Amino acid sequence: MKALMQWVDARFPVGNVVREHITEYYAPKNFNFWYFFGSLATLVLMLQIVTGILLAMNYKPDAELAFASVEYIMRDVWGGWFVRYMHSTGASMFFVVIYLHMFRALLYGSYRNPRELIWIIGMVIYMAMMVTAFLGYLLPWGQMSYWGAQVIVNLFETLPIIGGPLSEWIRGDYVISDITLNRFYALHYLVPFILAGLVFLHLVALHKAGSNNPDGIEIKKGPKGNRWSESAPKDGIPFHPYYTVKDLLGAVVFMAIFLAIVFFMPEMFGFFIEKPNFEPANPLKTPEHIAPVWYFTPYYAILRAIPSFAGTQVWGVLAMFISIALFFVLPWLDRSPVRSVRYKGPTTRLALGLFVVTFLVLGWLGIQAPTTNLTIMSQFFTLLYMLFFLLFPCFSSAGQPLPLFAKGLLAISVLSVLATIVYWWFLWSGGPSFTHKISYTVLSVLVLFMLGIKPLIMPEPAKPLPERLTQ
Amino acid sequence: MTDEDVEMTQENVSSKRRLLTIATAGFGLAGATGLAVPFAGSLLPSERAKAAGAPVEVDISKLEPGQQVTVEWRGKPVWIIQRTPEVLEQLPGMVDRLIDPDSNSNQQPEYAQNPTRSIREDILVLVGICTHLGCSPQYHPEIGSVTFDDDWRGGFLCVCHGSKFDLAGRVYAGVPAPTNLEVPPHRYLDDGRILIGSDQGAA
Repeated sequence: MKALMQWVDARFPVGNVVREHITEYYAPKNFNFWYFFGSLATLVLMLQIVTGILLAMNYKPDAELAFASVEYIMRDVWGGWFVRYMHSTGASMFFVVIYLHMFRALLYGSYRNPRELIWIIGMVIYMAMMVTAFLGYLLPWGQMSYWGAQVIVNLFETLPIIGGPLSEWIRGDYVISDITLNRFYALHYLVPFILAGLVFLHLVALHKAGSNNPDGIEIKKGPKGNRWSESAPKDGIPFHPYYTVKDLLGAVVFMAIFLAIVFFMPEMFGFFIEKPNFEPANPLKTPEHIAPVWYFTPYYAILRAIPSFAGTQVWGVLAMFISIALFFVLPWLDRSPVRSVRYKGPTTRLALGLFVVTFLVLGWLGIQAPTTNLTIMSQFFTLLYMLFFLLFPCFSSAGQPLPLFAKGLLAISVLSVLATIVYWWFLWSGGPSFTHKISYTVLSVLVLFMLGIKPLIMPEPAKPLPERLTQ
Repeated sequence: MTDEDVEMTQENVSSKRRLLTIATAGFGLAGATGLAVPFAGSLLPSERAKAAGAPVEVDISKLEPGQQVTVEWRGKPVWIIQRTPEVLEQLPGMVDRLIDPDSNSNQQPEYAQNPTRSIREDILVLVGICTHLGCSPQYHPEIGSVTFDDDWRGGFLCVCHGSKFDLAGRVYAGVPAPTNLEVPPHRYLDDGRILIGSDQGAA
């Protein structure tokens, strides 16, 4: 056995890889609950690939046959219902896990120097997930599949000049059709493997910089020497067996929840599988109430909050893409001298809390049928979402002078708030009632003041930071 | 050979090599670009998809006042609605709530660029696809206060994103949709039959 390992190692560095990334990869010893979600995301990705391949063996990507082939999988294929519900539940749970994983990064500043690339690769993974989920949602060829795809592909049609030809190129037809279904199926099979490649890059980057931790301390810069190695960080423990065992426990608890959903509430009250999708696609009739699956609804709410202007509705589409793009520049918006929320001031906590509420409320709004009152609410929370990023340099400055770009962002914030208020009061004919307008106006100005102005005029007294907490 | 000679030769060789490398890379890039054309082109609408657009004939002789029928043309829903005289009377009164009451944007054939956006005053023909993101709006002929509007005069509501249109397919101000609903090319074969997808001029 030893001889065989030596033979292999001389030709392929298995031993080195295992040591470097598993048994002698030293991760901070203070990981907490929030550190489960990276490994859980990998687990869900693997489950999705396995169940997806099994589904592909019975599914037919044809507008005439697709809906019936899904019913066939559900009723006649041995264990087919289980494989399919694993896959549909897995899609939603993937996003649950990733949103919590991203929130962890926000909490502990895991996106910051020297981990910007880990964060950016992670955001690319998130976008690839959204693409995969969108492509996959068309495949059952139900009413929601059809009209959801119709709306999303039409987003591209709003782009000036190239919009029309581009959306025809994506669909391969003038409307969503059999041709579109066929190619979405091919792409839905492809993208997960790209996703797996991106996860590999995410891990390579992670193992280069080393993991962050709840205190935001750089363990590599700390004292050296632990019971396994003289040169390893004192605050690190080997990934295996310590974190493999921890992650395994996380996986057990997670799978218990996951399977409970698969067995007892696979539709999750219409959140994981929407009711109109039990009806075959009908190109002549949009369902009474149409909403994307829950993980897209925050962006969907932003999309429809923005009214058309100058004869085009491209602004809503732009706002939606900007709301995702803002995550990419987050590492450069955070000016705080510390990483973790534990050592940042109360204003940062307030901002983070507001952002979580904003994201959840937008998610809820994206499910509702639009009314005037909900539209102004969506506009207010869209504004809040943008302000969180635009004012990040201000509320994380901790009394340091603002660089030029941050002043620019502050100016944009003030202008956005003013423009929104002017729109509500003077440009929106048939708009919401006075009570709504005045409440949201006051709230907008208050948020602008709390997150943007107050940190500058009344900087929170800088806490004396332990030396190892400063970067 | 002296050291100087070697240096000279190497410089010559390396500049020649650099040129050859650039040329090779250039040709490779041109080849790859050439290859991308048929690859990307294969995703365009196929000849069959382009051909599927024949005009559709509809019998409207049994249409009741206020009734809507939906037919499929080029994979899209097309509505034919017979408007009542009361509806036609109040269309001019809508003007101040609309973005484009005079149908200036190119969303209809010339023969439908009039106050009712139709050939025959009472018969409205529209492509039932919202100009926002392509949902099919719902027909709401009722007049008065409805859940989505306190002063509704009849029209279409897109439930996807809340766009509203009046009973001539004209878009309300302050909604996501930027333009009026499209009027497809159509003509009357006789009083009771209408041909969708074919212009008045063409035979």
